[in-house]
Amino acid sequence: MLAELQNSIGNDVLMGLAQAAGAIALCAAVVALCGWQSVHVEREAAVSMSRGLVQMVLVGLVLALLLHGSLLIGSLILFMMTIAAAITAARRLKGMAGALPLCFWSIGAGAGTIIAVMLATRSLRPDISMLVPVGSMIIANAMNACAQAIERFRAEILAHVGQIEAGLSLGAEPSVTVAPYLQSAVYASLLPRLDMMKSLGLVWIPGVMAGMVVSGASPVYAAIYQFTVVAMILAASGITGLAATVLMRSRAFSAAAQLALRPTETPALNRASGPAH
Amino acid sequence: MRSFVSARLSAASVTATHVSLGTPIDNEPPEATAALETVHLSRKVGERAVVHDVSIRVSAGEILAVVGPSGAGKSSFLRLLNRLDEPTSGTVLLKSRDFRSIAPRQLRRRIGMVMQTAYLFPDTVAANIAFGPRQRGEILAPARIELLLERVGLPGFADRHISNLSGGEAQRVALARTLANEPEVLLLDEPTSALDEASVRGIEDLILGIVEERRMTCVIVTHNRAQAIRLAGRTTVMEAGRLVAMGPTREVLHVG
Repeated sequence: MLAELQNSIGNDVLMGLAQAAGAIALCAAVVALCGWQSVHVEREAAVSMSRGLVQMVLVGLVLALLLHGSLLIGSLILFMMTIAAAITAARRLKGMAGALPLCFWSIGAGAGTIIAVMLATRSLRPDISMLVPVGSMIIANAMNACAQAIERFRAEILAHVGQIEAGLSLGAEPSVTVAPYLQSAVYASLLPRLDMMKSLGLVWIPGVMAGMVVSGASPVYAAIYQFTVVAMILAASGITGLAATVLMRSRAFSAAAQLALRPTETPALNRASGPAH
Repeated sequence: MRSFVSARLSAASVTATHVSLGTPIDNEPPEATAALETVHLSRKVGERAVVHDVSIRVSAGEILAVVGPSGAGKSSFLRLLNRLDEPTSGTVLLKSRDFRSIAPRQLRRRIGMVMQTAYLFPDTVAANIAFGPRQRGEILAPARIELLLERVGLPGFADRHISNLSGGEAQRVALARTLANEPEVLLLDEPTSALDEASVRGIEDLILGIVEERRMTCVIVTHNRAQAIRLAGRTTVMEAGRLVAMGPTREVLHVG
């Protein structure tokens, strides 16, 4: 493993450092040009460029180590990514008790299921160099779907408290009273992924395909594989959006079928509520 | 037993003289068996008591008005009756049965509620009226829907989309939608506050007629003293979450 690592820090790294030196020189020229116009960013530019270079070299070293690690390490990386994604998505539900586990399980359900299916169907090689980049794309999109779904669902509930309570007052199940809002939230979370699928190859060529072509894969195979990945992203987003809204729906009502998620009383989901009967 | 005369307090005078009406005996309804009863009903939100120790009894066929200034807790009190909110202490008895022993969905079918805004579902009038029965697997026949619409003064409206209704018509549909569940108790939360005077009188006549013919128990929240006088045999006055007066409407509201 160390020998492979040393190889990767060979000629390519030297070439990269030379390219970085050229970029630094160009930036220095621009900074000098700014100074000529009395825009003094010399110190800031020097600090930023130094920090940027050191940080990226460190990231590169870590990746070089990880990319030669085992499948277990790859799974751990994806697990940590899922936690980070859940923390990010849960920020959209500020003040709601249990937002973090809700997001974690939703993203985990969507991304985990799809990554497992891809591994089982050999759409994804159990190789860390493929698992981590493709898995991270799926997790990142599941995170966005989760955040969009819960944000929309909450906004819809808060905007339709009257209709929901009118339904409850007529003896409807809580799930019936919020069904239209759950549907629109899941749809809203899928829309960006559907648009992404529509524009595939026309407006953008995703990074995985570009990387495969650069590393010598058949462009046609790379294109088909990219479609597969985007389709899997769509599927993961769908599962995540559904899981997030269904979990949130169960928290939006008390055991006695009272709407707990209301704008007037905070913290909304921590209100006293009674047993069903 | 405290007589009604002793509870003759206007909204202004009761501010200074709070009357303890914490026990049902103070509010004896015309009939011995109350269809709806609250026992020391309270709800706190944080440290604030939005409803505090309210005990009332309402009998079948009776209309009870709940009046008081804005923020007095009238609507909060009404929401406790069909358990849209949970009391922090006390309880509600429906025909002497604690409402916590009745499944919430069944309870809300038996205690129907019409809100200040109609909150119709974006569909036809017929679909709105059929909504309640459909929740328990019953299909409301078109003839029955038409009968309900005729009763609320909207014959031939079944196929109309709710977006084509006026405020008064929407409120009538909301009333018909609640009546389709055949409730024993009807809760009305300022049902005419958003309507013009002509529509107000129409809805009031409708409420009086329906309560009489179905012998329903009705609790109406209103800020309109004249409406309380027109509709309710008895009236309670609420202030700061407390029940401060109760008795025959004309006496409580000092109508000569």
